[in-house]
Amino acid sequence: MEEKVTQAAPGAAPQKPKKPLPKSRIMVGEQLAKLYQDTIDAKARGEKIGWSASIFPQEIAEALGLYIVYPENQAAGLAARHQSDDLLAHAEAAGYNMDICSYARTSLAYMDTLTAESNNMPKPDFVLCCNNICNQLTKWFENLAHQFQVPMFLIDTVYNYDPCASEEKVKYVRAQIDDLIHGLEEISGKKMDYDKLTEVMRISQRNKDLWREANELLAAKPAPLAGFDLFNYMSCMVCNRGKESTTAVLEQLISEIKENIAQGKSTFPVEEEYRVFWEGIACWPYLGHTFKTLKKYGINMVATGYVNAWGLEYEPGDLDGLARAYIDLPNNNNNLETVVARRIEAHKKFQVDGTIYHVNRSCKVMDCQQYETQRRISEATGIPFTSFDGDQADFRAYSEAQYETRIQGLVEVMEQRKKEREGGKG
Amino acid sequence: MDIQAILSQLSFAAENPRKMLEEQLAQGKKVVGCFPSYTPEELVDAAGMVPFGVWGAQMEPYLAKKYLPVFACPILQSSLEMGLSGKLDGLSAVVIPTLCDTFRCITQDWLAGVPHIPMIPVSYPQNRTDAGIRFLRSEFAVVKGKLEEVCGHPITDEDIKKSIRVYNEHTAVMREFTAVANEHLDIIDPVMRHHVMKSAWFMPKAEHTRLMRELVTALKATQPTCFKGRRVLLSGIAAEPDSLLQILTDNNVAVVGDDLAQESRQYTAPIPEGQGDPLLRLAGKWRGQLCSLAHDEGKGRVDMLVDMANVTSADGMIFCQMKFCDPEEYDYPLISRALKEIGVPTLCLEVDQQPGSTEQIRTRLQTFAEMLG
Repeated sequence: MEEKVTQAAPGAAPQKPKKPLPKSRIMVGEQLAKLYQDTIDAKARGEKIGWSASIFPQEIAEALGLYIVYPENQAAGLAARHQSDDLLAHAEAAGYNMDICSYARTSLAYMDTLTAESNNMPKPDFVLCCNNICNQLTKWFENLAHQFQVPMFLIDTVYNYDPCASEEKVKYVRAQIDDLIHGLEEISGKKMDYDKLTEVMRISQRNKDLWREANELLAAKPAPLAGFDLFNYMSCMVCNRGKESTTAVLEQLISEIKENIAQGKSTFPVEEEYRVFWEGIACWPYLGHTFKTLKKYGINMVATGYVNAWGLEYEPGDLDGLARAYIDLPNNNNNLETVVARRIEAHKKFQVDGTIYHVNRSCKVMDCQQYETQRRISEATGIPFTSFDGDQADFRAYSEAQYETRIQGLVEVMEQRKKEREGGKG
Repeated sequence: MDIQAILSQLSFAAENPRKMLEEQLAQGKKVVGCFPSYTPEELVDAAGMVPFGVWGAQMEPYLAKKYLPVFACPILQSSLEMGLSGKLDGLSAVVIPTLCDTFRCITQDWLAGVPHIPMIPVSYPQNRTDAGIRFLRSEFAVVKGKLEEVCGHPITDEDIKKSIRVYNEHTAVMREFTAVANEHLDIIDPVMRHHVMKSAWFMPKAEHTRLMRELVTALKATQPTCFKGRRVLLSGIAAEPDSLLQILTDNNVAVVGDDLAQESRQYTAPIPEGQGDPLLRLAGKWRGQLCSLAHDEGKGRVDMLVDMANVTSADGMIFCQMKFCDPEEYDYPLISRALKEIGVPTLCLEVDQQPGSTEQIRTRLQTFAEMLG
């Protein structure tokens, strides 16, 4: 594709040349583009293709060699490129309330149009849903299945009000995984090769370990990476976590991060004055503004629960373990005590100075216990926090001024704490 | 008792939940709060305790804002507010189902904010397969154990079987009422219909069944009237406050059927008959429940409403959209489209529990009634 060149206005300062992308970024971009294209090609060949929720047991479809695309990834990508506004309007005109998750509204509009400016996905032959993130996914995918008149496979992981999954729950989810295998075998006409499934599970575990390693390298002080950079690699875990191509991307990323550490460098463009934990999904339509505002104060987001939400842990070949992992991992499926304990551990490990809570208008499951979460984490760690109103994909729910003011307030407290610490040392 | 006396008793219960609670407490009974929309109430009854609906109230939340953003479900906001402000004191426990995203969080907020009223969570499976129903049975067994701690004695299989009979009788009489009420739309106007249905949440079921039997008998003994106005269905979580329903009466509109979680959705099916494991039978009721809160790949709710519109000769449907209730928001476009196809117009009306002016609602309902002809 020919690169677009913008003519600078006479007298304007010369444009800063863009830094070349690291090899891992090019690899992940190519990997995602290939997934979309492969799925389109598979559909054209007459193969059955599916749409899936992001924390769905992808291992099953991957082992069957089915092509799967992810509406959440599609919606996030469109929002980040400011290409979802028309789709949001379309959904609302079709009767979908603005209160509904903006990923879902984007997707339900795309369901009608099957046309977007990018990330196009062919019509599905089946949909795969898992409600371990939220219950809205169940309703969203029901509507997709109904409109397309295709089967829906729901893995219902049932909310963990207790600290971890009961045996009864594991049995229930395991039965659903068995039903999923049989259902996909029937649709695709392929037979599950259980050795292949074990191999996919092994690759997925390797990728999970690499992803965790990449994230944990940001515990170094100063961090060798701008935390926002990791958002660029999430598609590896959302859409391709059972593939060896992800192993290659993540190994490359880790080698680049380690090289930064060895050379005392970081992709964070200014000196790291403060380190923060980011709670909640990114504000995709304002990714630039959220990042630049932090950068202005030297704040690096070194940890987030969201990026870590794909650390599913099980023994390859153990389908009960697979069921348990999909129940127990996502924070949204866990009780407050569990979430708070995980967060406190991360706050300590990454040595953060503050927490930023995104009150994501799309995500009631993240918001409706967030105030208590804020209080408990702050009380346990003594770390100050702020929150701001935003949305993962609806540009109308975010105010630049509010975000800037809130961050400024947090900086004042962090600065004071820093002075006290430094004074204490002296 | 004549019809008016029975209706007045039922209206009193619907309008005065706190007094109904105090009446039970004064009789030395233990009362357990049951959150919307589904809990195994039968187990509370089997324990010799009184199940009591917690459906929030018309109020401006204040204390609940410490836990919830403004865009949380109004019913759950006001229910939490009631717990935090002591308005539910006297309850021995509450049972909260984790049916939607806000519900998941409310179980946790309740633990944090209302520790003096024990909370019993229950998770309903979304896949109503055999494995799902077995899982629900295991959930009910856990709930049963927790209720035994509250009541202080074991709940036997016989106790549960007896309660199943009580609840099935209640379901039957409620269904009978909604059918016979359509023959008497002059007596059972929208407000009164709502009071009758809502009162079930605040009385022991055997007592409510007795009153409802008397009411049905009395209505059947009364000459049916031919209603000349417009006939509508209500769908949604709840149709409140009364002032909203009064506008229907003012515009000569009657309610001839409902798919409200607070009302007829409770009575869509009886608990399966049989002599087997009573907990499994109890769980079996969930299998056929049509509701926005229960996974429904075939969107059976849409077909059910089309059938209801045909059977009741409804002129229109009012979708009572509980503010910020996303499960309902996903169903509405499909329902609206399907009813439009059979010539039944729908009006989507936002329902809230925070006090506000009803004038805009009045205008919209008046226009809708005029449109129905």
